[in-house]
Parts: sequence; C-alpha cells; structure tokens
Amino acid sequence: MSDTLNRERLLRAYRTMRTIREFEERVHTEFATGDIPGFVHLYAGEEASATGVCMHLRGDDYIASTHRGHGHCIAKGVDPVGMMAEIWGKSTGSCKGKGGSMHIADLSKGMLGANGIVGGGGPLICGTALAAKMKNDKTVGVCFFGDGASNQGTILEAMNLATVWSLPAIFVAENNGYAETTSSSWSVACDNIADRASAFGMPGVIVDGFDFFAVHEAAGEAVRRAREGGGPTLIEVKVSRYYGHFEGDQQTYRAAGEVQKLRDEKDCLLQFRRRVTADGDITDAELGTIDAEVLALIDDSVVRAKADPKPGPDDLLTDVYVSY
Amino acid sequence: MARKITYQQAINEALDQEMARDPSVIVMGEDNAGGEGSPGEMDAWGGVLGVTKGLYHKHPGRVLDTPISESGFIGAAIGAACNGLRPVAELMFVDFMGVCFDQIFNQAAKFKYMFGGKAETPVVIRTMYGAGFRAAAQHSQCLYSLFTHIPGLKVAIPSNPYDAKGLLIQSIRDNDPVIFMEHKVLYTMEGDVPEESYSVPFGEAAVVREGDDVTIVALGRMVSFAQDAAQALQKNGIHCEIIDPRTTSPLDEDTILESVEKTGRLVVVDESNPRCSMASDIAGLVAQKAFGALKAPIEQVTAPHVPPPFSDALEDLYIPNAAKIESAVSKIREYG
Ligand SMILES: Cc1ncc(C[n+]2csc(CCOP(=O)(O)OP(=O)(O)O)c2C)c(N)n1
Ligand SMILES: [Mg+2]
Repeated sequence: MSDTLNRERLLRAYRTMRTIREFEERVHTEFATGDIPGFVHLYAGEEASATGVCMHLRGDDYIASTHRGHGHCIAKGVDPVGMMAEIWGKSTGSCKGKGGSMHIADLSKGMLGANGIVGGGGPLICGTALAAKMKNDKTVGVCFFGDGASNQGTILEAMNLATVWSLPAIFVAENNGYAETTSSSWSVACDNIADRASAFGMPGVIVDGFDFFAVHEAAGEAVRRAREGGGPTLIEVKVSRYYGHFEGDQQTYRAAGEVQKLRDEKDCLLQFRRRVTADGDITDAELGTIDAEVLALIDDSVVRAKADPKPGPDDLLTDVYVSY
Repeated sequence: MARKITYQQAINEALDQEMARDPSVIVMGEDNAGGEGSPGEMDAWGGVLGVTKGLYHKHPGRVLDTPISESGFIGAAIGAACNGLRPVAELMFVDFMGVCFDQIFNQAAKFKYMFGGKAETPVVIRTMYGAGFRAAAQHSQCLYSLFTHIPGLKVAIPSNPYDAKGLLIQSIRDNDPVIFMEHKVLYTMEGDVPEESYSVPFGEAAVVREGDDVTIVALGRMVSFAQDAAQALQKNGIHCEIIDPRTTSPLDEDTILESVEKTGRLVVVDESNPRCSMASDIAGLVAQKAFGALKAPIEQVTAPHVPPPFSDALEDLYIPNAAKIESAVSKIREYG
C-alpha cells in the first residue's frame, strides 16, 4: 500500500475518476428518458474526492457513503455493471434490485452502503472502526458525508465518539456548497466544517476537492495515522456538484453559469490530465485509451441493465432475516 | 365555493389561510422555502415536492428553513409550541423520524400528562409517507401506527384533498401535538375543496360508501383502492360499505362498530406492514367489541412483513391494490 503516485497508480486514479464521470453522465442522460425509477443523486464533479481517499484503502477497509453514493462505490471497487443494473431495479443488480441507487452496497468490497438517511453513516463507521481496533487488523473506516449532514447529530456524536475511543476512523466532509437548495455558508454556523475538528479533539484539514493530488495527500496522512493507532481525522473537501440535488432539480437557487465555469476552469479530470501530461510521464494517447475502455464498459453496463430481468414475486419476501 | 384543486394545493391553502388568520402559526423544515444563503432564487423549492411553495413570500419571516438537524428543529418546534407559537414543522419523509423520535414521543407526547396537565404543546408535524415512488426502504414506509401507539399524540391521515385541508386546519387549531401524514402519491389527486376555511373534526370517520354486505375500513391512499374494489364488486351484487377513519388517534370506534354490526363482515386495508399495525388494531377492536355480529373471520389487506423494495416489479407486488381487496371481500363473503 504505497502512497507514492507512480505511473501505474496515476493511471489507476484516472481510470477511477473517468469511470465515475462516465457512469454519472450516462445515468443523467438515461434518467431523462424516463427509464430509471426513483430518486437519483449524481456525484459528477466530485470524483477526485472519492478517488483520492479510496486510493489509500485496502479491500477490507470499510467506507460508509451517502445518498450521492455512486462515486464512492466505484472508487471502492464495486462493479459498475452490477451498480447500473441496481439503478434499473434488475435482479442482477448489486442488491438484487431491492435497494436501488440510494442503497448500493457491497460488503465484500468494504462498501457499507449508500444511505438514504442523511448522517446515517457516521455511527456505523465508528462501529466498523471499533471492530477493527478490537481485532487489531489494522484496517480503517471512512465516513463520507455532505455539508448538510455535517449538521446532523449523528455525525457530531460519531466524531466525538471516535476520539473518545481513539478509533481508526476518517471523516470526509464533502462540502459541495449545497444541501438540496440550502447553501452550506448558511447552514454551517462556523466558517468551515473542518473548524469543528478541534471541538472533537481531532486534526481538521481543508482540501480543494477539484485537485486529486491535494485530496490524495491529505487522505494519505489521515489513513496512515488511523492505521498506526493515531485516531481519527476530519477532512473537509471543498467541491461542487455538476448536476441538481437529484435528477429533475431545476436548480434555480444556483447562480447562472456557476457549473459551467467550474467545468471549464476547475474540473478534476481536466486538471489531472493537464498535470500528468505536462510531466511527460503519461501521454494524452494513454489517457485516451482509458477513456475509450471506460466508455465501452459503461455502454456495456447500460445495455445489460436494460436487458436484464426484473426480480420476481419469489424475491419479495426473501432477505429480511438471516433466519426466522 | 368549492372548486377542484389537488391534495398538495389543499395542504398549501390550509397553511396559507391559518398563517393569515393566526400570527402565531409558523412553518419550518428543510428547504420549506429553499435557497437560504444560496446565490439564486429564494423559495426555490417550497419543500422537496413544492408543497409549501409561495408561503415564504406571503408570510415574511414565518417560513423558516432549517439545517439538516431533525432532532434540533423538530424539538425546537415543540419547545416553541410550549412558548406561545403554533409551529407546523415538516419532517420531510416519515422514515426520518428515526433521527428525531425522542423529541416527539418522550417530549411532545408526554408533557401534558407528566406535568400534571399543565403543559399544552400545539405543534403539528407534517410528514410524507407511503410507497409508490420507487424510493426504497428508507423513503417509503407507512409508519402511522408507531405514532398512534403513543398516548399524547394525535394522528391525522387524509385520504383526499377535502380532508387534507380540513384536517390540517383542525391540526393547527388543536392544542395537542398532531402528526399529519401526507401520502406522497396523493399529492396530485384532485378533488372538490371549498375556498373558504373549514375544519374536519378529529375522531369522526367518513362513511365513503354505504353498503350492507361487507365493511371495508381503509386508510390514506388505500381508500381510493377500496372504492375501486367496491365498484367492481357491486357488479357481482356485493355491496361494500367503506369507512375512512381519517384520524387513527383519536379513532372513531363507533362508526366502525356500527357498520360491522350491520354487515357482519370486515376487511381492513392498510398500506403498512402487518404486525402491530392499524389493520391489526382495528381487527382487534372489532373482534373484541363486535364479536357477536361477525359472520366470518376478519381479513386484513396489508403490505407483507418486509421493508419496501426498490424495484418497480417488487414494489407493485408490495403495495395493496384493488384486486387484493376484491379477493379478500370475496373470501369472507363465501365463508360459512
Ligand atoms: C435524516 C434525513 N433528513 C433529510 C433527508 C433529505 N435529504 C436527502 S439529501 C439531503 C441534502 C444532503 O445534503 P449534503 O449532506 O450536503 O449532501 P449532498 O446532497 O450535497 O451530497 C436532504 C436534506 C434525508 N434523506 N435524511
Ligand atoms: Mg452538500
């Protein structure tokens, strides 16, 4: 588990971010056709956060995600084909079509689930981290949560508990500026979410969420500290979402041109490409090959998701209990 | 003058009229206006599905957006109710009661009794419930039986636009804490609603349809399914009486019992999971108090004992429907 960003790891980071972007752009266009049921919250724009953090994680480290969970899933190694089928409500989906976009989970990948309850993941990650500590297996837990969730009691209780028990937990506050329509500059009473870290006796850092390298560096230090028994960290990732709160949101609360400006000037994939190709180590052509491979993967996932069978009547009553 | 408006418009109108009538009425909740602190438009959403839209500009300073802190703001609404306001707080989806239930059931529900009758807590908690939106296990539940279980809380469950307006006005004027349950699928339902203000009293069931053969007690969205079933059964010469309790606490026992005394047969239709539900509660009531009148076992048409599934294929099987009600009615008609 080396933190150094060698060629191979840089290409992997790019592939992950590109996969998330392609996945989300595709769900966006497919949703518009009316084919996808339910609520869908897209992570486009925030790819560097999930990727920069999860690059440091082992398969057996846990993450807890949010309603905006597709990016966290992909970065933690969940199969995009199963995810796409889940979003379509098919029996081949990651959760057999029982959970949908807001509940994609894969425990075998250390992915404890997207979550329909804002702030639901904080206490859960304290729990996985407590188990890790008691088993002394050197794994860590990461709780991703939003600026809106940062005002939820569960998150505040979890951060306090993590320090009191000195847990190997990392709290990643993805501050994308809004909780639904509400600005984080209004809802968060202090200047930065990271400022709250000192109240919970843990280090707090702020990073630019459009900059993969900044996220990667801050997360690396937090994960190392947690693995070594140094306790929790709060990382605030300042970022933005490219789409509405959920698909269908008219976004009249946003400034005109806000998103386009970010896409043009700060986009994480754009910045990443510029930086690694300027270094000369990686070529545009190599990245172009990844783009093509990712596109093929996502195309395939959509074709399959559409063709796959829906769950049947027998599936309705199963999976409620282990035994009953 | 009555005209056709939607369930959603009826709720908005009730809030608007009560805010105009009584300056102590305030509205609060996540994005109930929307756009707080944001660069764009204020009142951007009017609640996640637009139910409170427009109130922000009509009643300046009295529609409060909140951070995502349900324990905090639901509790604050309860505290404000103890201190002279009549807050209508929105818990966006009833499933989120998990994060704020203490404030509701240990605080609001208990004050009156625990304090020896001295406290009054005229708070309304509006909340959206029910399946049908493919919103999966944490956004589709039907949890009114949990609130009904708690002494001190009143629970209103409007099944149509007329009742939505009248019951909400009654909820706001009522001096006890009221949980007001709005079915998300009903928001677009249209019906005749008077323009002027009126209230629907608590504890008075509506006899939605009269009939002599079978009593159907149905709640919320299930009332319209029961009507569809009754319509179809009528063609086979089976006459159903449909009762909509409208509030589950207080519950109009008399109307239900009188009907079963007449028909001798009962089907209860409840969208929620079956265990410890309104269906089992009403079945228990009738078994105890109208046992002598029963000519057949009581049938309950409910969701199964599983969480709401996501996939449309499964959710359609999960939700009770007219066909299931018809077969329940037929079954007890043929009994004995
Ligand atoms: C307990 C709870 N309250 C409210 C909601 C409704 N809701 C879903 S997402 C959301 C906004 C979350 O904002 P934030 O935490 O900033 O995450 P983002 O959507 O920006 O990724 C709200 C209010 C919910 N799902 N759960
Ligand atoms: Mg946010």
